[in-house]
Amino acid sequence: MDKIWLVIQREYVSRVKKKSFLLVTLLTPLIFPAIMGVFVWIALAEEDSQALRIIEVVDDNKLFFLESSEQYAFSFSDASPEEAKQLVQDGNRYGFLHIPKFDIKDPGGISFYGEENPSMSLISYLENNLRKKIEEQRLFESGIDPKIINDVRTKVAIKSITLDEEGTETVSDATVNYVIGFVAGILIYMFIFIYGNQIMQGVIEEKSSRIVEILVSSLKPFQLMLGKIIGIAGVGLTQLLIWILLIGTLTTIVTGFLGMQMPQQQAMELANPEMAQGLAQNTEMGDILQVISGINYVQIVFSFVFYFLGGYLLYGALFAAIGSAVDAPSDAQQFMLPVTIPLVVAYMGLFVFILNDPTSTTSFWLSILPLTSPIAMMGRVSYGVPFWELALSMGLLILGFLFTTWVAGKIYRIGILMHGTKPGYKTLWKWIKTNN
Amino acid sequence: MLKIEKLNKSYGANKALTDVDLNVSEGLVFGLLGPNGAGKTTLIRIINQIIDSDSGEVYIGGELLAPKHIELIGYLPEERGLYKKMKVWDQMLYFARLKGLSAQEAKIKIKYWLEKLEMDTWKDKKIEDLSKGMAQKVQFISTIIHNPPLLILDEPFSGFDPVNAEIIKNEILELKAKGTTVILSTHRMESVELLCDQVAMINRSKKILDGSIKRVKSIYRPEVYSVTLDHLTKELPTEWISKEDEGTYSFTLPLSGKAPNELLNELMQYGQVNRFQELIPSMEEIFIHQVKSTENG
Repeated sequence: MDKIWLVIQREYVSRVKKKSFLLVTLLTPLIFPAIMGVFVWIALAEEDSQALRIIEVVDDNKLFFLESSEQYAFSFSDASPEEAKQLVQDGNRYGFLHIPKFDIKDPGGISFYGEENPSMSLISYLENNLRKKIEEQRLFESGIDPKIINDVRTKVAIKSITLDEEGTETVSDATVNYVIGFVAGILIYMFIFIYGNQIMQGVIEEKSSRIVEILVSSLKPFQLMLGKIIGIAGVGLTQLLIWILLIGTLTTIVTGFLGMQMPQQQAMELANPEMAQGLAQNTEMGDILQVISGINYVQIVFSFVFYFLGGYLLYGALFAAIGSAVDAPSDAQQFMLPVTIPLVVAYMGLFVFILNDPTSTTSFWLSILPLTSPIAMMGRVSYGVPFWELALSMGLLILGFLFTTWVAGKIYRIGILMHGTKPGYKTLWKWIKTNN
Repeated sequence: MLKIEKLNKSYGANKALTDVDLNVSEGLVFGLLGPNGAGKTTLIRIINQIIDSDSGEVYIGGELLAPKHIELIGYLPEERGLYKKMKVWDQMLYFARLKGLSAQEAKIKIKYWLEKLEMDTWKDKKIEDLSKGMAQKVQFISTIIHNPPLLILDEPFSGFDPVNAEIIKNEILELKAKGTTVILSTHRMESVELLCDQVAMINRSKKILDGSIKRVKSIYRPEVYSVTLDHLTKELPTEWISKEDEGTYSFTLPLSGKAPNELLNELMQYGQVNRFQELIPSMEEIFIHQVKSTENG
């Protein structure tokens, strides 16, 4: 036991001390807020520096009116399209909006001319205003007062409430559940791949540099393998913890700092004033908060940690076995496939089946079988999973982990001392069968 | 110290060891000889409990081999290996602790050895920044750091320059003087005669010969004498092919059934005998002779 602890310590310390670990750990969480910050900053700077853009509007219908904003001014004229185009070419106008005479029931032929491509927000602003005016006009022609339409417009939101056997009601929301399942599943998937590979690399390093012969003369191969797997798990958990802390604080700082200026909202107002108003009312936000507070966090966090570690240990042992069987990382490819396939199946299944229909038969089996359950079950947990299913899945994962570790131990023990031969599956099977 | 009885090991159809018996007494340097692929490494790995034998017993200090004996053995494998990115000090500490030393003990020992072999200034260097010879020294210290009563060295001198090989040789002799039993496995026979008290020869999975150096050498005596003569009084027989250098004649003669004194008497008739010495076969010659004779008989 003491010796496993020594191996764990070495694996952990030697990795955490590396400069690359420090860089990746500290920079990754910085990247997202940094990108966000840069975008916001650019948007703000651009808005401030931009000169007023004048757009020439030639409306052959004499129907439309466009309100000028801080950025854009609209100048209506009776100029001919050629004259207006000349204005743009000469640089006197930012753009020219041509609304030819059209049938109000089938409007078409509206064009925007500009020296550069107009922004999405400008185009959608123009489209929205024109559409609204046309709709109003058509309502008017049908004899309906547009005001009535505004009054009649209603918003319907269904509150989804789960009832358990004791009659406790919990407000849930498919979107929130989706996001939790999505994030948790992806995290586990990435963690298994990244750190599984580290285990494999570590084993190959010890094997190819022949350190392993000295190590196994001091401790059992199984202790060495387990120590490595656990040590690297520690590295991963450390990284995850730092990320959570850093991302948490950074997003709070960034959003807090820039929150007052919120240029997105301005852009939205320009594009679609109604949507911005809807958001401003904040009723939806309130609902989401209620949903978030209704989630069974204890269960989700517990499940996450369990499947996170369970899945890692199950696959980690397999990665260690692969590393022990080959001489160089390039030889590992042939054995990677059977390990990668269930992981990818679980990952695909998460999006195709589980997040869309968490209780379907496919979702059920994916979340029960140990090779796919770490990713699949996390997609289901936030939707609520019957206790027996969770217990079965976890129980099988433990058994699965014990099994792969046992198999991996058998391969590892022989593989690490084999040099110069490229074993196939047949050879691996022989190793599993041999007793020492 | 180490006793091995009827040890067998095979890999599939290949026999690596066939009924090997060995007895290594305490405080000796024991040479394990044989060509590459003879089974030496397999034997060593079994003693180190890296692999298990198919049948047969290994005893250490009279006890059947058990996991606790790991700490009594220091093992230097033929293929050396260190963590390239680890510092000398950390590396030694890790190996020492894996062999069961406490952190405190280990640090004292490492300090002692680093000073003894004048490596103090390297302790914070990474292995990848050391020369091959330096890394070999680190490896050697890592092997003996826990004062093992049994030291198993597989080709210990390969990769050392003559100066460092001499240092290591002296360390081995010093350890022997302190009572350490050393098993030296090599296919280079010439290093054996200098260091070993006893040897065993292994060829094609079988032990073909063992005993003290003197006994092993007595098994195969070609009974050939090296002779130099001068002041010749009589023409030498033409069948004695000799080399003449300013009146001194050197040649070799087999006893051919005569006693050494008879041969000497005969030689004295031809002139002044300056040298009359039995040619002792090298370990290499003994080995080749033994391999041939076991294969023929």
